[in-house]
Amino acid sequence: MHMHQHEVIIVGAGGAGLMAALYASEGGADVAVVSKLYPTRSHTGAAQGGIGAALGNIDEDQPIYHAYDTIKGGDYLTDQNAAKVLAEEAIDSVIELERYGLPFDRTPEMRISQRRFGGHTRNFGEELVHRACHAADRTGHMILQTLYQQCIKKKVNFFDEFQVVDLIVNDGKTAGVVAVDLATGEFHIFHGKAVLFATGGWGRCWSVTSNAHSLTGDGAAIALRRGVPMEDMEFFQFHPTGIYRMGILITEGVRGEGGVLLNDKGERFMEKYAPSVKDLASRDVVSRAIYDEVANGRGINGKTYVHLDIRPATVNHYFEQEGSDKRIDDNYVESKLPDILDFCRTYLGVDPVKEPMPVQPTAHYAMGGIPTNVNAEVVIDENNTVMPGLYAAGETACVSAHGANRLGTNSLVDLVVFGRRGGMKMAEYVKGVDWTPLPDDAGKEVEAEFKRIRNGKGSSKPYELRDAMQKTMNDNVGVYRTDDTMKKAVDELKQLRESYYNDITIDDQGYKFNTDLMEAWELGCMLQLAEVTAQSALLRTESRGAHSRDDFPDRDDDNWMVHTLAYQTGAEKESDYRVTADKPVDLSLWEDEKAQGLPDDKQKFKPKPRVY
Amino acid sequence: MADLTVKFKIRRQNPEIPGKDKPYWQEFTLTGVEPTDRVLEMLHRIKWEQDGTLSLRRSCAHGVCGSDAMRINGVNALACKVLIQDVGNEIMVEPILGLPVIKDLIVDMEPFFDHYRSVMPYYVNNDPVPEDGRERLQTQADKDKFDDTTKCILCACCTTSCPSYWANGKYVGPAAIVQAHRFIFDTRDQAAKERLNILAEENGVWRCRTIYNCTPACPREIQVTKAIGEVKLAIQRGKTDGIVKVVHAHQH
Repeated sequence: MHMHQHEVIIVGAGGAGLMAALYASEGGADVAVVSKLYPTRSHTGAAQGGIGAALGNIDEDQPIYHAYDTIKGGDYLTDQNAAKVLAEEAIDSVIELERYGLPFDRTPEMRISQRRFGGHTRNFGEELVHRACHAADRTGHMILQTLYQQCIKKKVNFFDEFQVVDLIVNDGKTAGVVAVDLATGEFHIFHGKAVLFATGGWGRCWSVTSNAHSLTGDGAAIALRRGVPMEDMEFFQFHPTGIYRMGILITEGVRGEGGVLLNDKGERFMEKYAPSVKDLASRDVVSRAIYDEVANGRGINGKTYVHLDIRPATVNHYFEQEGSDKRIDDNYVESKLPDILDFCRTYLGVDPVKEPMPVQPTAHYAMGGIPTNVNAEVVIDENNTVMPGLYAAGETACVSAHGANRLGTNSLVDLVVFGRRGGMKMAEYVKGVDWTPLPDDAGKEVEAEFKRIRNGKGSSKPYELRDAMQKTMNDNVGVYRTDDTMKKAVDELKQLRESYYNDITIDDQGYKFNTDLMEAWELGCMLQLAEVTAQSALLRTESRGAHSRDDFPDRDDDNWMVHTLAYQTGAEKESDYRVTADKPVDLSLWEDEKAQGLPDDKQKFKPKPRVY
Repeated sequence: MADLTVKFKIRRQNPEIPGKDKPYWQEFTLTGVEPTDRVLEMLHRIKWEQDGTLSLRRSCAHGVCGSDAMRINGVNALACKVLIQDVGNEIMVEPILGLPVIKDLIVDMEPFFDHYRSVMPYYVNNDPVPEDGRERLQTQADKDKFDDTTKCILCACCTTSCPSYWANGKYVGPAAIVQAHRFIFDTRDQAAKERLNILAEENGVWRCRTIYNCTPACPREIQVTKAIGEVKLAIQRGKTDGIVKVVHAHQH
């Protein structure tokens, strides 16, 4: 095996990984970024609408309002300390991105332009606020490019197209990672003092998803196998507006610019479900509304989609009805949403300035994942015990700033805020510790697993198992779930796992760019995370945020103001997963209000029924 | 719903298999194809249903990550942005030209990224930050001057469609110039002169012969030739102002 040694090893080169790399380097650490993709291919680049920060460039705004919206959006499962950090540091983070050169759109006053986004309000829900800082509808692309450019400027070490396949732990301490050099198929050991996973989500567990093919949850699955529990896995966000059947994301920014959702009768149905903010309610609320419209026969032509309408005539009609002076025209739509227009014209032959877009909910974002504290340190139990040297940030981590449902724009905030904190913390950590020695058998286990997959003489092709997994997750662990559907999913997933470990076969026996082999290994990661998701969802007998159960339709604060933690209980091929519900939610902002003696009805951060 | 039969002819090469280590063509037939299916999806079907050794790069599958640049019926494109109805029932797929092939449709991207890194593709501004702790100011009109070139996803469709680049791999190529343009015309940036000096060297912009292949090849519809022209003009005039006319709305 090839050996490398760097103090800080960052796995994944999206927004969180690159931000961590910049800050760890700045803090004096020797850093290596190891990524299965060229950094600019990372899925941060697909984020469209904006990054939330209470800059107040258009409306009066404050971080505490942003924190409130984040907590309410998360259906009160959000850790309030994390939401506070996210909202407060969002401002510095966005200013910092601008200083890195990010080409934000500008207001007439030459400041960073902001737009409205779902669930973002002023003065604790009073009215929608312009908070999403944007660069047209390619904000994520500009963040990714900008951070990569700065990494080049600072001469950060990159190992591009090196796929990390195992975490090395010695006596409970992090010692490094094992990676496959995709170009040669050879195994490399990266000996490190600190490792940060920033590997993104696992939307590819579902068949209709906005996620890239590479979003297979590698980092989370690896951590799970090495003893780290997965937090709040039952909460997976379905974005309301994916392109019908394809799942490609249509940004919430369309509705932020005035677009509306219409059913087969031409009704703006969100008026019923969220009378005050309507189409800009939080994503879980809007996805359920679309699902309900379709279930009641009001999908377009009786099919499983509704229309998203940004035609200026439609938008101006509703502006006028709401008493707003604002009016838009074709040029405005073209300049604010160029990529959306391009997607619709390319894939649907639909021109959104002339016709409405067919949309349906699409699997989009993992609120759950590797549990961390607000410094991106991985914690491994309900007492927040830190695992020395292990860090996680971005979608793969669960801080939990997003609780049961993430607000739009907050994923990008999460990347920069917690990526930065992780980078700073690691730089400090590696100065004070010695190298944890590598165990003698480092890398041997995963090497054997690759050998097993390569030599499999069974009859199951990975794509067949993957299709079956995606279908059962879409059908049974989707927008709505019940005990029956989830049990069905768990049974099917166990069968698929059985086939995966005992009956697999692949075609490619080579070593160079063996994508057949890597896809098969990634399937193993997804099968685990899918099952953990279904098992965690089964345990939570309530409906909260993105987790909606027909058999338990109400939120149950008496019993369920807790995070779940799912542990692997044996080897992954036979694990049953132990799911606990003992980790308390941080309610520190509410507790502060109570300590100040605020009366009940003045307590903003007290969990209450969500109304939009 | 149509149910098409589509023939693929794919340029293949596998360095690890004797006899297949030189480029060769292989045909595959797919049935049950929809006109609106993406070429990428069809390549996946071939890989998954017929031959798992077929190798390609891909990630986002909707034209924003830049992984799956290839030559489709002789034209550079992202496989995820080309629909079957755009190219017909007989589809020829090859790796992009001008970079060494490693395996099937996968080429060595390192020379491409080396050129990219050579043009100082990062923002430089050493002035003290504004006293109010906030953002530097910029007008939307100034931002629009380089808006087009900020869309670049480094997919290499432009550079590997350029005959000047095919003829001489030392030429930095259109993508690197597009990336430099994005900073040269940013009013906040302070390193335009250094970048213009780099691009005035023998492997810089003057290797561009305005052949124009790059512009239609760009999956992001960047006006690549125009951007290169603006950089040439800036080098000749020794300044960047007054060169770029801002086009506000995108033309379709």
